[in-house]
Amino acid sequence: MTETVLSVRDLRVAFETRRGTLTAIDGVSLEIGRGEILGVVGESGAGKSVTGSAVIGLIDPPGRIAGGEIRLGSERIDDLPPEKMRRIRGRRIGMIFQDPLTSLDPLYRVGEQIVETIRTHTDLSAKTARARAIDLLTEVGIPAPERRIDGYPHEFSGGMRQRVVIALALAAEPELIIADEPTTALDVSVQAQVITLLKRLCREHGTAVMLVTHDMGVIAEAADRVAVMYSGRIAEIGPVAEVVRAPRHPYARGLMGAIPTLSDTAERLTQIPGSMPRLTAIPPGCAFHPRCPNVFGRCRVERPEPILVGGTRVACHLYDARGEAA
Amino acid sequence: MSARMDDAAEAPDAPRATPSRLARFLGSDLWLNFRRSKLAIGAFAVTLLMFGLAFAAPWISPQNPYDPAQLELLNSNLPPLWNPDGQSPFLLGTDDQGRDVLSAVLYGLRLSLIVGMLGVVVSGFLGIGLGLVAGYFGGALDTVIMRVADVQLTFPAILIALVVDGVAKASFGSALDTNATILLIVVSIGLSFWVQYARTVRSSVMVERSKDYVQAARLIGLSSPVIMVRHVLPNVTGPVFVIATINLALAIITEATLSFLGTGLPETMPSLGTLIRTGNRFLFSGEWWVVAFPGIALAGLVLAINLLGDWLRDALNPKLQ
Amino acid sequence: MRAARTSAAPAGAYVEVEDLRRVFDVSKPWLNRLIEREPRQSLKAVDGVGFAIPRGETFALVGESGSGKSTVARMVVGLLPPSAGEVRISGVSMTDPRQEAARRRLRARIQMIFQDPYASMNPRWRVGSIIAEPIRAFNLIQGEGAIRARVGELLRLVGLHPDDARKYPHEFSGGQRQRIAIARALASQAEFLVGDEPTSALDVSVQAQILNLMRDLQDRFGLTYLFISHNLAVVRHMATRIGVMYLGRLVEVGPKAGIFASPRHPYTRMLLDAVPDLAHIGRARTPVSGEIPNPIDPPPGCTFNPRCPHANDRCRSEVPALLDGVACHAVEEGRLPS
Repeated sequence: MTETVLSVRDLRVAFETRRGTLTAIDGVSLEIGRGEILGVVGESGAGKSVTGSAVIGLIDPPGRIAGGEIRLGSERIDDLPPEKMRRIRGRRIGMIFQDPLTSLDPLYRVGEQIVETIRTHTDLSAKTARARAIDLLTEVGIPAPERRIDGYPHEFSGGMRQRVVIALALAAEPELIIADEPTTALDVSVQAQVITLLKRLCREHGTAVMLVTHDMGVIAEAADRVAVMYSGRIAEIGPVAEVVRAPRHPYARGLMGAIPTLSDTAERLTQIPGSMPRLTAIPPGCAFHPRCPNVFGRCRVERPEPILVGGTRVACHLYDARGEAA
Repeated sequence: MSARMDDAAEAPDAPRATPSRLARFLGSDLWLNFRRSKLAIGAFAVTLLMFGLAFAAPWISPQNPYDPAQLELLNSNLPPLWNPDGQSPFLLGTDDQGRDVLSAVLYGLRLSLIVGMLGVVVSGFLGIGLGLVAGYFGGALDTVIMRVADVQLTFPAILIALVVDGVAKASFGSALDTNATILLIVVSIGLSFWVQYARTVRSSVMVERSKDYVQAARLIGLSSPVIMVRHVLPNVTGPVFVIATINLALAIITEATLSFLGTGLPETMPSLGTLIRTGNRFLFSGEWWVVAFPGIALAGLVLAINLLGDWLRDALNPKLQ
Repeated sequence: MRAARTSAAPAGAYVEVEDLRRVFDVSKPWLNRLIEREPRQSLKAVDGVGFAIPRGETFALVGESGSGKSTVARMVVGLLPPSAGEVRISGVSMTDPRQEAARRRLRARIQMIFQDPYASMNPRWRVGSIIAEPIRAFNLIQGEGAIRARVGELLRLVGLHPDDARKYPHEFSGGQRQRIAIARALASQAEFLVGDEPTSALDVSVQAQILNLMRDLQDRFGLTYLFISHNLAVVRHMATRIGVMYLGRLVEVGPKAGIFASPRHPYTRMLLDAVPDLAHIGRARTPVSGEIPNPIDPPPGCTFNPRCPHANDRCRSEVPALLDGVACHAVEEGRLPS
């Protein structure tokens, strides 16, 4: 594996409410290498967005990082003071959010925003920064960039805006990009363009990407590895081909079976009974056990630790050769 | 049938029975906020006290100040009881006609509150009704109603109340008895304050109208008035309570102002404003109690209601949570 | 120019849509237009759409934003009056003023499932009242007890518990709300359900539950569906026949198998190619360029021509008619490689 850009170990994020402490993420560990795209997939409430926010350091009170560590390269970033974190954000970590309408300031020209990012994090002069901004716009596929650099966000279409947002994220040559649902608000045909763009740029620049989304299809096409999250924990993490074609965790299996594809011939989609537990009512032991078709005694009391099976880490007692396996 | 298995097996923590309304209220954020806010509790206590006193006025007043038979000129201009010249049972003194100030204040409070609340009801109905219609139908109707509202907002409410009141008095003058006068004042107040309700309700209605549940209601063939009242109205009344509370204080002040200016309630049936007016004449001759106590009562009432309304507005504002 | 009969169902099908059009006036208020001297602007949301649905089948309308598919759905159901064209359900016209009485009787049979499970139910009403409302409105059952019993039945039918009738919508998850919406639709004894992106707002596993439920109900009660979606994979799972829309026009119509196995229109091909799919792991490809143009100012001729690799001059000036299920000059002229 190439050099590790992001390393998350045993991360815990908790929210203090008047009803008690809610644990949104409970012991998440993952790593992303240079030029690699890690997909973080899960349904609503699984904690994938919170994971992304925690890495960037954007967990607002009443939430806080309650345990574990996050390392960018070799440096720990989860315990940095806000000022230092702010400098890392933008310079070493870039962000792409779902809604391009709100990611760009509507009052400023697109060029101004890119140049501002460049000059905040590097020493380039105004002229050089502008030239670099035009280069970036060309790279992301904006036609006639010398002209469009002076346009306002509302003058761009949805797909073009998202490309500008990608350019903005890449402006300071970050090592890592956190992309939270970058294609969800886009039309299908534009989605494809943006995914292809993201893949190409990350290969070329060697940027690591954490791609957070609920759309498994996007992950299948774009990601190298994928982490499937459930109830604030990672159920399975491994190479995309393995997890999609031969999922091991019963939840991942159910998930892959529930997604309609263009080629499957099954009459009925696989159904996982019930729904993801609320944060206030996470079951003991394995969080998935009430819905699991392969549940047995141990699952109800002991929380499974991730076990290496093939190239994948699975958090499921079924794969634990030591204990009472199914 | 397998469809049955699914969500029914969900969240074992979800109780089968819905908690009663009272239980839901007591567990709500609003109640918690209230319990924590000393200001809100204090304001609410004062308001409740005033309401209680006003309601019980006929029973707890030492005398009925409107009944000329109970008045004796001998008792006139007596200072409050703690003053050496004071006389029992006139706790707060008497005015120039022998009326007990305490009784007058209690009865006046009652009248002020009645007029104020009726005024709120009138402006509420008018405002909510017009807001509903304007927001739901849009188009020309909306434009007309909103322009009228805009024009009305350029005038101070007191002025409008004065105009309505004055015109009516000039037209009907002597034909008005006291009940009609009260009605007239209520209508004047109502007509001057409907705009706030209308605007707020209108914007809420416009939001709700685009929601799918309204479309679903249209699909089953319900007529517009039915949809407006049964579906939309319950969802737009939230902000109305805040407006009504603050409006109540304004209505009371407006009535007091009208009475003070002489165009409100007659002196034979005094509200707090009329009392202040009468008492004002004696202020410089040293008889301060006739104006002071109604004034304190009015100020206290309005302040308490305003504080309550402010708290309610902040408590219901989701952005401030 | 009358389009040749498509490979649609025979005349007299349960749902018939003919040359449906809808134009929206998106001009600025007249005062602004007066001062700024701007012309009236109109948006052709739906520009001549026609199809037929036989009883018991599912017809899916697929398209991206601006395709007009939601507008078509609302016109079919009667929520939006068409600017031109005809919609006939069970032989009754949805627009002819002379058939008002027949339409009123028919209304109970037509229902809609909306996209947003959080906005499709009145938050102040209990679930029981929400489901009972169509029963009451159409006077289908008399007596409170009987109505309550029916509501309980319907809740069970969609996989919920009769006790849930006492709860409020906010106490349920998105998937459960869609179930309630389906129960409400069935309450009026609907035969024809229009689903406007009914599962787009739901998680994948919940979507699977709802789609399975919809198919089970269709099998059991012989329901007819008009299913609107932007998700081709979902549509593939649900539909019998599919219509692909682009900027207000139907570009291809046909049975499901044909559309997926051998799509003819360049847009359909592009769309199928662009869908991120589980089977396309790590696939490298060259997606089609360009984006959907502004519907207020569409390109002349075939609206797809700026993005079409096979566009010629005829495409840029002449609107292709729907012939044999495809609206494309290249297909008509045999220029398109299979």
